Amino acid sequence: MSARNRELLGLLPASLLIVAGFGAVFLQEQAKLGNLSLTYGAIFLGLCLAAHLIIRVRLPDADPYLLPIIAVLASIGLVVIYRLNETLARDQAQWFVVGLIAFAATILLLRDYRVLERYRYLIAAASLFLLLLPRIPGIGQQANGAYLGIGLGPVTFQPAEFAKIGIIIFLASYLRDTRALLVSRKRFGITLPRLKHIGPLLLVWGLAMLMLVFIRDLGSSLMFFGGFLAMLYVATDRLIFPVVGFGLFGLGAWFFANTVGHVADRVSAWQHPFDPKLYEQIGGSYQIAQSLFAQADGGVWGQGFGQALISVGDSPILPAAQTDLIYAVIVNELGLIGGIVLLLIYVLFVERGFRIAVLARDSFSKLLATGLTTVVALQVFVIVGGVTKVIPLTGVTLPFVSYGGSSIVANFVIAALLLLISDRARREARR
Amino acid sequence: MNKPIIRVFAVLLVLFGLLAYFTTRWTVIDRAQLQDNPQNKRELLAQQRIARGSILAASGNVLAQSVRRSDGTYARRYPDNGLFAQAVGYSYLNPGTAGLERFYNGQLTGRTAGFEQTLRKLQGKRQQGNDLHTALDPQAQQVALDQLAGRPGAVVALDPRTGKVKVMASVPSYDPNVLRSAKATSTLNAAPGAPLLNRTTAGLYPPGSTFKVVTAAAALDSGLFQPTSTVNGNNGVLISGVPLNNDGGQSYGQIDLTTALTQSINTVWAQVGERVGKTRMSLYMQRFGFGSPVPVDLPADERLASGDYCTSSGRRRLVVATDSCVDIGRTAMGQDKLLATPLQMAMVASAVANHGILMRPQIATRTVDPDGRTAFENTSQQYSRVMSSATADKLTVMMTKVVQEGTGTAAALTGIDVAGKTGTAERDVANNITQPWFIAFAPAADPQIAIAVTIEQTVGGFGGTDAAPIAKAVMESLLR
Repeated sequence: MSARNRELLGLLPASLLIVAGFGAVFLQEQAKLGNLSLTYGAIFLGLCLAAHLIIRVRLPDADPYLLPIIAVLASIGLVVIYRLNETLARDQAQWFVVGLIAFAATILLLRDYRVLERYRYLIAAASLFLLLLPRIPGIGQQANGAYLGIGLGPVTFQPAEFAKIGIIIFLASYLRDTRALLVSRKRFGITLPRLKHIGPLLLVWGLAMLMLVFIRDLGSSLMFFGGFLAMLYVATDRLIFPVVGFGLFGLGAWFFANTVGHVADRVSAWQHPFDPKLYEQIGGSYQIAQSLFAQADGGVWGQGFGQALISVGDSPILPAAQTDLIYAVIVNELGLIGGIVLLLIYVLFVERGFRIAVLARDSFSKLLATGLTTVVALQVFVIVGGVTKVIPLTGVTLPFVSYGGSSIVANFVIAALLLLISDRARREARR
Repeated sequence: MNKPIIRVFAVLLVLFGLLAYFTTRWTVIDRAQLQDNPQNKRELLAQQRIARGSILAASGNVLAQSVRRSDGTYARRYPDNGLFAQAVGYSYLNPGTAGLERFYNGQLTGRTAGFEQTLRKLQGKRQQGNDLHTALDPQAQQVALDQLAGRPGAVVALDPRTGKVKVMASVPSYDPNVLRSAKATSTLNAAPGAPLLNRTTAGLYPPGSTFKVVTAAAALDSGLFQPTSTVNGNNGVLISGVPLNNDGGQSYGQIDLTTALTQSINTVWAQVGERVGKTRMSLYMQRFGFGSPVPVDLPADERLASGDYCTSSGRRRLVVATDSCVDIGRTAMGQDKLLATPLQMAMVASAVANHGILMRPQIATRTVDPDGRTAFENTSQQYSRVMSSATADKLTVMMTKVVQEGTGTAAALTGIDVAGKTGTAERDVANNITQPWFIAFAPAADPQIAIAVTIEQTVGGFGGTDAAPIAKAVMESLLR
């Protein structure tokens, strides 16, 4: 069977999932099981088919599993959000369409994605600008102490979601040029590159630290910096870089955790979620504590779809259930099994991403695929880790699942880039 | 470049494994702990739709029940304005749960009820909780509260043969029904005298001379002393290098242990304590339950451990009696750094009463499911063998003398032999503030009830005059 036919077949489970999911929500709400769920399923299937057709025409050799994996994740997200709030689900479905348009545009406009290398400094500068945008008075918005969003009329937009793509493109391109230089000089038996080569990389570290201070978001900064270190390691094959990098990051994080109030609050809420003072405090540990309580109620098999206790009257029991805590909602309703299955789907995505990186022929493609995949994986780790108290909870989205327009659109662009790399790699491999 | 790519993948797999492990931790490993966290209101919210089981006294009187409201949810009601307020606890959305309501939450909601409840759910019936039966005796409880007459203090009585708790009175008390409103809750939390505190299990007081029963048990059971052994009972004997005084500065000369218990002579018991030594004292204290949170079926944060509390670098901490900060002579007569809960002192009386075997105190007897079947049985359990039966018999004779002709005559019942021990702990010597105590069991020949009574503060009161009459009234009610 050809790759594209496999992809088409792979979309079937996603559509079945979404029909069954909407059906379950309708049953729970004790509304009539109308053809509405079938309509939703049909529209979703139609959108996936459109994406599939674009890939079929423009990227015939691309990885056949990426799109079905994304479709499954998106359908899980849509169903859970629908179950939380019908209006939000409609918004999310619209963002899904916008995301697909961005996906198509990326594939159609970037026939040869390697042109991106030419604009790397422009891309880097634009990304930096995007990152700092939320701190500009007037349009910047603060949520839970972090500056992540900007308001453009009725739409809230999270520029960091796009900045991460830009920075990865820059790093992939920069590291391809300098990787040989970075490892060429040895002093005292260890790799010690010259300052002019390591300089821009130190800049990236400074950037991550800056994000801690200015954006005040530990999660995003961990995600960026982790992605950067993964690329640096792949580019140089020297363990010393990520080791020193993590050391520096840890040092900076420790410093800011003790000095910047908002970061310190998040850390103490993480350490003592049940401390009565932190629990009562606004922006304290209430959210993480409730997340753990919700998961405990889920048990192994979950309480059943549509059973989660989200709010009483107007007061939320699970704050930000549709974004930050969506994983807690999924574990509450579908249990440990549901959570593990979701994580496995992400593992599949990450595995496909790294497979693409391995298959790619040139360094830029390898680094780009590694960076994009690592960032998506780390984003899952940061938010699921936050919700499950592995690390302090910060507000990043669960890729393709959480409610949030910028996130959906940005992740579709990442998927498009991975498919572009994959198409070239597999075509070259076949020759 | 492919090798490092695969290594990065491996690292990410480890991270995902961590996520899976933590999800498992919250959903399986720490599940019960999280669900019982008092800050966790999820179940309470869900429970608004569950008919929670009733809590019943031994007589069948209802101590707590759920009432259905017009909107289909249930609310908790406590008849008699909460006769057993601290023991039964409460179950409301705002303050959460406490007492038996919290400890037996799983049974009361039917969460831990297993197959039958699942079957009910499948049949489309509503989840319904199990009824909780206790050994609590409302009549005797009322007597205890009347006798304390509003004075802060505690009375706890149990059956020494089974450990079943019959009276658990803590004053000041409160009406749990008012906790329905959030405002009343914060008022009660800040109320003077801490009415929400269960003084029987979480009130720590110097036990005074009632502790001499523990010292006597160690002295006799170790074979170092007999009831007839004599010790110098003169005033001003040096204990840990500091002269110790008897009540009223009285000197007794060489005196036997039976008389020394009957007259509660401090200098004798301090010397006995020193001769028994820290190691043996520590061992016997442990057997009586000192050093561990008092073992009763109430939530962990409502139970404290009795024992020597030493202060080091500004923090008070529980130590074993062998610790260097302990003055074992003064501990042996119930002063110095020794603190005990009333339930712990009732356990002391109970161990002597039950021929040296200490039964674990239990409030609940069993739970019964909506179809009338016993869902859970709280069988009697031995906590420890404290002393030999022979030692317990000797001690019983000595304690009977206390009530017949010593400091505890006010506890004497007509026609029934009572064995007991008074205590009067000094709280503020300058202002003559004392804390009277009395521990006892009856009938001495065939003990059915063990009791501990204390009043937090009196001006110049004594265990024999202030606490013993309360014990007498409660025992009378229980043995009627």
